Amino acid sequence: MTNTQDNVEAIEIDLLLEAVYRRYGYDFRSYSRASIERRIRHFLSTSGCGSISDLIPRVLYDDSFFSRLVRYFSIPVTEMFRDPQVFQILREKVIPVLRTWPHVKIWHAGCATGEEVYSLAILLREEGLYDRATIYATDFNDEALDQARAGIYPAERLKDATRNYQKSGGRRSFSEYYHAHYDAAAMEASLKERVVFSSHNLASDSVFGDMHLVFCRNVMIYFNRDLQNRALGLFTESLVHGGFLCLGTKETLKFSAVFRMFEEVDEKARIYKKTGGS
Amino acid sequence: MNPPPDRVNGAAMAGLVVMGCSAGGFRALTEVLSGLPADYPLPVMLVQHLHLNDEGLFAGHLALESPLPVTEPFDKEEIRPGHVYVAPADYHMLVESGGTVALSTDGKVHWSRPSIDVLFESAAYAFGRRVIGVIMTGASDDGSQGIRTIRSRGGFTIAEDPATAEFPFMPRSAVATGCVDTILTLEGIGKKLADMARNIISFPDETCRYE
Repeated sequence: MTNTQDNVEAIEIDLLLEAVYRRYGYDFRSYSRASIERRIRHFLSTSGCGSISDLIPRVLYDDSFFSRLVRYFSIPVTEMFRDPQVFQILREKVIPVLRTWPHVKIWHAGCATGEEVYSLAILLREEGLYDRATIYATDFNDEALDQARAGIYPAERLKDATRNYQKSGGRRSFSEYYHAHYDAAAMEASLKERVVFSSHNLASDSVFGDMHLVFCRNVMIYFNRDLQNRALGLFTESLVHGGFLCLGTKETLKFSAVFRMFEEVDEKARIYKKTGGS
Repeated sequence: MNPPPDRVNGAAMAGLVVMGCSAGGFRALTEVLSGLPADYPLPVMLVQHLHLNDEGLFAGHLALESPLPVTEPFDKEEIRPGHVYVAPADYHMLVESGGTVALSTDGKVHWSRPSIDVLFESAAYAFGRRVIGVIMTGASDDGSQGIRTIRSRGGFTIAEDPATAEFPFMPRSAVATGCVDTILTLEGIGKKLADMARNIISFPDETCRYE
């Protein structure tokens, strides 16, 4: 009995994801099934619909309902200087190499609401690299990108950000980088000067330039292995020889198709250097 | 459009033990794991509420006290029998029906990341009646919803006896759901898990709820 139920639910989820893809072009079919199912169930419980099947006609005929759903599918979960030791290691092991290039191009893939974009910008500025760097910050979620562009965050979150910044080897007072106003804080405008925010979907778009560093942390954990391999293929293609790839601390190239194209720079920080291919 | 077919042991996975604990968890886990044989045939996945800066220390210490290998998994790592997986600090740990681990940085559940509910619910949806869920000592009600879901999908549920638990709140909250199959001491939990595994291996077509 349970078996039949399970199959029916799996079919419902497949159909919903297929409907979203064919109607709106957003492809969640190769996302981590466990995570996307959890989000669908959560969305279902707030939607007033009785079953996953009931979501399908509403998604097909109601754009605003779809917008709500897609917001659930891509709840941005990021913070400034998350895993401070990673930023410390970027300073120690990656920045010195980046310095040897006349112009540094960085692809921050899956930047969500931008907290880590500003973290990177701050790090580059403190290391004297900011003025000859360009950060391409991309995400498929336009709403999140708008927030990233605005660079305005709840002031309450700056306490953690400040602590993380200090642990990451930050050299100044973190308050120099934002202007607080009541309960919101706007990131300093010059931190956006070298950032290009644009829409890019790792599930469907292709490479757009040569990069010296690809920064993509805790984005691919939401993908299944096939989609992970697709994204890693894009990163590999995009990176110059000797360029760096920085993943989340629990992500590894070990299970991937491009494993042999990289060597490990730092095990804990999950930083790799492209040594194979062109 | 379907997820890729099982390249790993998902379909073949006989069963899966999921455990959750919070305050007092280290001692409890040490005792339960030491009751398992070194050739334990099921994977064990556990959530212990950890400090943000744990960096794998908890798993490392537990490994020293456990007859089974204990590690923090990487995302999409294959789940192997006889191996203990500890959810890393600041990540939820889920299980995919193909038999791999999926990590997530989604928002906290019950003020916790990792959350016991997230692990238990994903296990219940992926493996249904092949899941054994265990709630032990803790001062939170995380895990109670997960116990409900495991039970509703045909799995088997165990709570540590609140009378002897170091922190009784969490197992008491699980028992209060009315979805706990058996209440045991830590020693009893180890024995039960060993017995049930033998049964699951001998009668793979039976449900966990063989009693």
